[in-house]
Amino acid sequence: MTAALATPALATDGLSVNFGALLATQNVSLDLPAGARHALIGPNGAGKTTLINLLTGLLRPSGGEIRLHGATITHASPAERVRRGLVRTFQINSLFPALTPLESVTLAVCERRGLTRSWLSRLSRRTDAIDEALALLDRLGLGPDAERPTRELAYGRQRLVEIALALACEPRVLLLDEPAAGVPARESAELFEVIAGLPRDLAILFIEHDMDLVFRFADRITVLVGGQVLCHGTPAEIAENPEVRRVYLGSSGHG
Amino acid sequence: MVSLPAESPQASDHASRGRPVTRLERRSRWRWHEILFWLAVASCPLVVPDDLVLASQVLIAGLFALSLDLLLGYGGIVSLGHAAFFGVGAYAAGLLARHGWGEPISGLLLSGALAGLLGFALSFIIVRVRGIALLMVTLGVSLVLHEAAVKGYAVTGGDDGLQGIVLDPLLGLFPMDMWGRTAFGYSLAVAFAGFLLARRLVSSPFGLALQGMRENGRRMAAIGAPLRRHSALIYTVSAALAGVAGALLTQTTEFVSVEVLGFQRSAEVLIMLILGGAGHLYGAFIGAAVFMIVRDQLAAANPEYWFFWLGLMLVLVVLFARGGIIGGIATIAAHFRKGGSR
Repeated sequence: MTAALATPALATDGLSVNFGALLATQNVSLDLPAGARHALIGPNGAGKTTLINLLTGLLRPSGGEIRLHGATITHASPAERVRRGLVRTFQINSLFPALTPLESVTLAVCERRGLTRSWLSRLSRRTDAIDEALALLDRLGLGPDAERPTRELAYGRQRLVEIALALACEPRVLLLDEPAAGVPARESAELFEVIAGLPRDLAILFIEHDMDLVFRFADRITVLVGGQVLCHGTPAEIAENPEVRRVYLGSSGHG
Repeated sequence: MVSLPAESPQASDHASRGRPVTRLERRSRWRWHEILFWLAVASCPLVVPDDLVLASQVLIAGLFALSLDLLLGYGGIVSLGHAAFFGVGAYAAGLLARHGWGEPISGLLLSGALAGLLGFALSFIIVRVRGIALLMVTLGVSLVLHEAAVKGYAVTGGDDGLQGIVLDPLLGLFPMDMWGRTAFGYSLAVAFAGFLLARRLVSSPFGLALQGMRENGRRMAAIGAPLRRHSALIYTVSAALAGVAGALLTQTTEFVSVEVLGFQRSAEVLIMLILGGAGHLYGAFIGAAVFMIVRDQLAAANPEYWFFWLGLMLVLVVLFARGGIIGGIATIAAHFRKGGSR
């Protein structure tokens, strides 16, 4: 195997952060190859979202390293990480409520292409950027809602806008923080079909509580408990793991 | 349309798109009520020839409110000290004219550039803070400048104001006259130019980014937006436009009072903008017009009491017409449209 093939899309090495005395993330090491469909599971408070916040630069780690395609990004700014292809969605919708999905996605496309530096040219002339945004919205089935204010859309549609915004940044590694949170069961399966249909070379790390969805869509799973990695493995390995069963039986309160 | 030659930009646009034109693309087109609005303003010398001084003041205040609209209405960046830039522009224009630079248009542009420079410098502090802290920083800066102008008597004339300002005739042809005809024409031209600039800015890709910042700064960072750069640019443009408005006041009145930097001016411009409706550009001018005409009428009737009515008007607008006068009109229009289609 050549070195380039061996370089993971995203890797962390001994990543840690503490809030005062609380060790929120302890010594987490992860490896995502290109094209990974990697699920991050664990009981509430296990530090899943904290890990995503560390990866995207919203939190500063107290120790450890993050590498994107082999390059260290541990101290890069959040925007810099996005430009390098590490993009996230949010567990609770973080959209542009008064803007339409078309405006929002066009905005993300313009930011990626550096077009927002231009303050004296007409956006309406950038048909290439608008075309790209429309094509992306169509691909996610958001075409009919493209020009309605985002805040008027049904919740499930808004969850799709979350993903559309991230995809418009042309990620190489996509972090999905509970993409189906708050969406009815039938719609969440549809949402995951959309996610499953994303380009194969894209590495995806996703947090999900619904174990059916996790076992259907993940090719690898990491179980996080108390900020530490309990185990990594394929879905089959995780299903067999007695420790995982114990953790999950001990906290049956969530789906 | 199909038979048009491919060289025609519109035809090739449609051909390359192969899809209906989106509302996003149509939004920056001029609409008939915009043209009507500016025709109405331009007709002031015919309709209200005796009130041209007030009309000029409205245009200057409207341009100032427009500069705040870019910052607040589009960018969502609050400011309690926007008079700092207005005042710097006003004093710069006054000092230039007093010290021999009497040519108005270059003086106006220089003053705007100076205010823009101050805005650029301050943007580095401003991007670090938000919310209440931002209100305090902007307020603090304007208070510092106000006090400096009061103490710097030798340069600014302190509380007595800056006098002895003499301007060359506009374009070498039109001196400022008693009835304010030149002042009105000049104010209209500058306000319209400022409006065109603002309109172009908000319909640019950067204008969309500005609205993104207003709607959700956290998400802007998560899509890789250079927030500091965006903030610096809008702060500079807004400050320069405010400075031009201040310079215009100096040049049309040939006097600078220290209250151009006062807190009351910062508060009033905010009231005008909220009254008219933030985030529409036109709200700035409509708010300025309503504010100043009402003040003119009420102050003539009862000089002590007019703040009462102003306060009441503000409370009613904020409570019942979200989005100010423009927002209120849009709501009513939407109701009628719905009713009519049934």
